[in-house]
Parts: sequence; C-alpha cells; structure tokens
Amino acid sequence: MTGTDAVQSDGVQSDDVRPDVIPSAALTLGDDALILSHRLGEWAGHAPVLEEEVALANIALDLLGQARVLLSMAGDEDELAFLREERSFRNLQLVEQPNGDFAHTIARQLYFSFHQHELYAELAAGDGPFAPLAAKAVKETAYHRDHAEQWTLRLGDGTPESRARMRAALDALWKYTGEMFQPVDGVDGVDWAALEDRWLAAVGAVLERAGLTLPEGPRSGAWAAGAGRQGLHTESFGRLLAEMQHLHRSHPGASW
Amino acid sequence: MVAVTPETGQDSGLGADLGAQLAAAFDAAVAAEERVEPRDWMPEAYRASLVRQMAQHAHSEIIGMQPEANWITRAPSLRRKAILMAKVQDEAGHGLYLYSAAETLGTSRDELLDKLHSGKQKYSSIFNYPTLTWADVGAIGWLVDGAAITNQVPICRCSYGPYARAMVRICKEESFHQRQGFELLMALSKGTEAQHAMAQDAVNRWWWPSLMMFGPPDDESAHSAQSMAWRIKRHSNDELRQRFVDIAVPQAEALGLTLPDPDLKWNEERGHHDFGAIDWAEFWDVLKGNGPCNEQRIGQRRRAHEEGAWVREAAAAYAEKHSAHHAAQNAATNEEAGV
Amino acid sequence: MTQNWPLWEVFVRSRRGLSHTHAGSLHAPDAEMALRNARDLYTRRGEGISIWVVPSAEITASSPDERDPFFAPSADKPYRHPTFYEIPEGVHHL
Repeated sequence: MTGTDAVQSDGVQSDDVRPDVIPSAALTLGDDALILSHRLGEWAGHAPVLEEEVALANIALDLLGQARVLLSMAGDEDELAFLREERSFRNLQLVEQPNGDFAHTIARQLYFSFHQHELYAELAAGDGPFAPLAAKAVKETAYHRDHAEQWTLRLGDGTPESRARMRAALDALWKYTGEMFQPVDGVDGVDWAALEDRWLAAVGAVLERAGLTLPEGPRSGAWAAGAGRQGLHTESFGRLLAEMQHLHRSHPGASW
Repeated sequence: MVAVTPETGQDSGLGADLGAQLAAAFDAAVAAEERVEPRDWMPEAYRASLVRQMAQHAHSEIIGMQPEANWITRAPSLRRKAILMAKVQDEAGHGLYLYSAAETLGTSRDELLDKLHSGKQKYSSIFNYPTLTWADVGAIGWLVDGAAITNQVPICRCSYGPYARAMVRICKEESFHQRQGFELLMALSKGTEAQHAMAQDAVNRWWWPSLMMFGPPDDESAHSAQSMAWRIKRHSNDELRQRFVDIAVPQAEALGLTLPDPDLKWNEERGHHDFGAIDWAEFWDVLKGNGPCNEQRIGQRRRAHEEGAWVREAAAAYAEKHSAHHAAQNAATNEEAGV
Repeated sequence: MTQNWPLWEVFVRSRRGLSHTHAGSLHAPDAEMALRNARDLYTRRGEGISIWVVPSAEITASSPDERDPFFAPSADKPYRHPTFYEIPEGVHHL
C-alpha cells in the first residue's frame, strides 16, 4: 500500500517500490474478468432457456466492461488482450476452465463471483488505485453472486440428476480455488487470509442451503496453486486464445 | 352479453347469424383502426394467422442469434466484442417478447418451440446463410437488420395490441443493431485493402438474400391480402422491398461499397431505383431446407433445448418443493393460530 | 420442461414518482427467479428502478364480452368531470 502511494504522491520511490506494480495488478484482475467473460460469451445460443441467455450475457458484459477498464490502466486494451502470448496472461486457472455443462458454469460462477465480490468490496472501501473501479463493479458482482447462488440452490436441491451434476462440478473445480487467495502484487490493503475465511464461510453456507457440502481435497495442488498468476495455464487456454486472437493478429495494425 | 368461450374466443356454439354479426363487428373495428386485445372475440383465421406470424418472428430472433454468436469469441477488438454480445443478447430478448405476445393467444412457448424443433414452423431463411468472415457481422447488422426494420416498423401499428406493443419495444432496440453494423462496415471499408475486400465480399453475399427477406412477389404471396385487410400487415412485400432498396443505395455509396447488381439504377420516372431479378428458385430452395446451414441451425437449437432439459426440470422441481414447503409452513402457522 | 415454468407478468416503475406499468411477461420457475429474469430482460437499458412480478394465472380480468355493460354506466356521469361545470370568466384557481 505505502509503496504505490509513495510513487503517486511525491514521485519518490522507496526501496520496495516497483513502478510496474499497478499495471501488473490491473492486468491480473483484468485478465480474470476478460477470460471469464469470454467463456460466458461462448454460451450465446446454447443456454438451457431463453431467460438464461439474457442473464449469462449480462454477466459476461459486466465482466468485459471491468476488463476494459482494468486493461486500459495497464496499457492499450486491445494490444493486451489480443497480442500477448499465453504465458503472459495472469488470470486464474479457474476462469479459463471450459464451460462444461450448466452445472460446471454455475460452480465456476459460484467460486469466482463470491471471491470477486469480497475482493472488490474491500478494494472499494479503500483509497487505492482500484477503488473507483471496484466501487462500480461491486454492484455488478453482487448480482453475479446472487445469480450463482440462486442456481446453486436450484441445481443442488432440484432433481437427483441436477444434484449429481452440481456435486461433480463443484468437486472438479475445487482444486482451482486455492489460487484465488494468493496475494496479488500491487493489490494492496487486502487481508487475503481473512478473505479466504469469509469466502469459505459464504460458499459453505450456500452449499448447505442447497443440501450440498464444501468439497474435500486439496485447493492448492503443487501445480494449480498460483500457477495462472505466474502465466502457467491449462491446455484448453491455448485454444481459447487462438480463437480469441486469430482475427486481430491476422491483420497487424488494422483498426476495427 | 354474448356467450363466447373466453379462452379461445371460438364461436363454434353460436348460431350462424350471431357468428356473422361478430365477424362484421370485428372487421369494422379493425378497419376503424381499433386494437384487438387478447380476450376479444376474433375470427379463428385471424388468430391462426397471428400465431403463425408471431411464432415465425420469434423463431427468427432466436435462430438469428447463431450466425452472429459465431463471431463473439473472435471479435477483433474488445469494443466490438461488447457490442456484439449486447446485440446477440437483445435478440434473445426480442425472441422472449414475441413468444410472450404469442402466448396471449393461448399458445405456450413450449408448443411453439416444439414446432420449431420439428420443422413445422419456419424462421426467416436469411439465417440459413453462413457467417464466413467478421465482415458478415457488419453486413447482417446493416442489411439484414435494415431489411427487418423496414418490415417491422409498420407492425408497430399492427391491429393486434400485444404484437404491436412488442414491436414498439423491439424497433427501439433494433436501431442500435443496424447502426453498429453500418459502423463496423465503415471501419472495414476505410481500413486496409484486405479489410475493404472483406467488407465488399460480405455485402456481395448478403445483398440478395436480404432482398428475399421481404418474401415472394406480391402476386405469389399466399397470406398477404388477408393480412392487409386485418391490419396485421400494412404494406405489400414489393412495396417494402422497394423502400429498402431506395434506402440502401445511398448508404452503400457512403460506405464506399458496391451493391452486387448491375441492373441497379435510379428511375427518374418512377422516383425509385430499378433493380435486377431476384433468384426466387434459390429462395424456395433455402425455404425448403436446402440452404447452406438449415440443418446446422436447427440442430444447434434442438441440442441447446435438449441439453438444457435437466436444468429446467431442476428449477421446476425446486420451485415445487419449496412452494409445498411454504404451504405446509403456512398451514402449520394457521393451525397454531387457530385459524 | 418449461411447461412447469409458469408465465409471469412484469410491472416496472421507471422512476420515482411514477406507478408500476406493465412491461411484458416471461417464464420463470418461481418468484425469485422471475424477479431476476425480469431485471435482466426488462431493465437492461436502465428502464426501471423497481419491479413487480405476478403469476399470470393469478390475474383476474374483466371479461371483454362484458365491456359495454361493465363500463358503459361510467360514461353517462359527466358531472364526475371538471369540464361539466361552467365557471364565469375571470374566476381563477378553480
């Protein structure tokens, strides 16, 4: 916290300050929003019911809006989105996971939106560089969290099939959740351990109401913990980027 | 008071005289530009015609999501990506408005979707053409949405109230669709050589199918005359087509793109543009199911519906459990309170 | 299947001081989801600040066939309207 303040207020850099820390943090948060928005965008035309087409698109658009603000804090939004190599993306492995069935998408939303909401609420309350964005985004994430919660209740406490699918999805994505609580350089003033406790309690409470329990098993495998933040991604991510970037890269320097 | 079955408005039990009186009163009201509302008496053929048209319109909106959604994951800038997502989302919304309007006549959305999935009801054939390049997203916005708006603005004054009201909302939202398409093409046309060529290619492929969107020529149109008399339709297919051509020509010039019709020229005498002959054989062929994407489009729609069945069932089961739960709770509370 | 998802009528208040007006309808499994779907569908361009959802089946409507007998009596009571009364010129605020 003090480090970045020092740069902004008096231009004097103390020893622990790196000038790239804000862009780097913006990129990290921005990549989470960008990639999850992309995955949600893949649902267009495939949702289980028309009303849900509209709901998923709303969430995707909120996230894309956040991503654009954040990437623009780090540089040119399109250069950053379309011209970086896979190893330069900092997003969580969780958000890049393929949509799977609707239960997987909802489990991913549940894990991520509860995390994002807690994080943005903290950032919004502070006076750091992300406070203005977070203050706006926290209203959006509150809705995303609610959407995930409503569907978790319905799938968990719906039919035997929906319950089994929701259970499987929660378990499958569990190992990607530990990474969310690795401190992010430049995102200051956040008590990550407390954030994790609140997240566990909140997600656990929703699952309990849905007649489900928190999955067991590690949330921080040797590979998964912090890997996305360091630019190590899962196999499907390369294909996601290939699709997302190919047109932009095919016309170097073109305007759209 | 007249004994009419309120759910369907059928006059089957009425005497012939009374039926004729109702029909005459209906025709007079419609001719006087009065709006028909859901529970009013209406001729069965009017009801059937409306359900058919609203269903086809709703189906077109949701099938129409596919060719454009095809490019969401490849949009070349984040701004374009946001615009395209919002547009495809609007189409889902428009489908919803229209299914709701159709439901006011007693046909459920499930019934209508079943008819779409089984091929008993059609959607606009334009969506059976593929979106091969990014420029197709622009061409759809400019030409296909442009043609749709030309068709739809008069429906805002349709004699059937719920349909007219849905169209007012839709037309308001559609104007952004056409503009973003035009702007997208403008960026390409003024961009690199490759981008310009991409835009021209897209316009070449979408121009004729857009003209076909207005339906067969007036002398071959099966439903036109009656729909006009009932004020479901306000202008003939050929009138609307001509209006669209006249609007599109100067817009193409502004874009710096050529419309692929050597016979297209201003006719001073008529005060309209003349244009070349439309290949109606292609129109009927695509309508019959032989277009490039017919199977793909309906296949994806069916798959989404089938794969979503367990989700819809889960939510219904949850609602039932919880309403039963509430009812039980209320009963218990009432009992305690001695109610 | 969605046949188990009932139809809901949506009423939106566009801003403070105005009443809720009918915006359209939608399907939802229950009231909570109906409210959320309505928010997504009918207020995505900032059209509203408050929403009501009502199961369509719960609405009791007057019969269209009765419209004359039902509403006609109110048409012949012009004295309910201020224009019925003659006020001499020069009298204001009345």
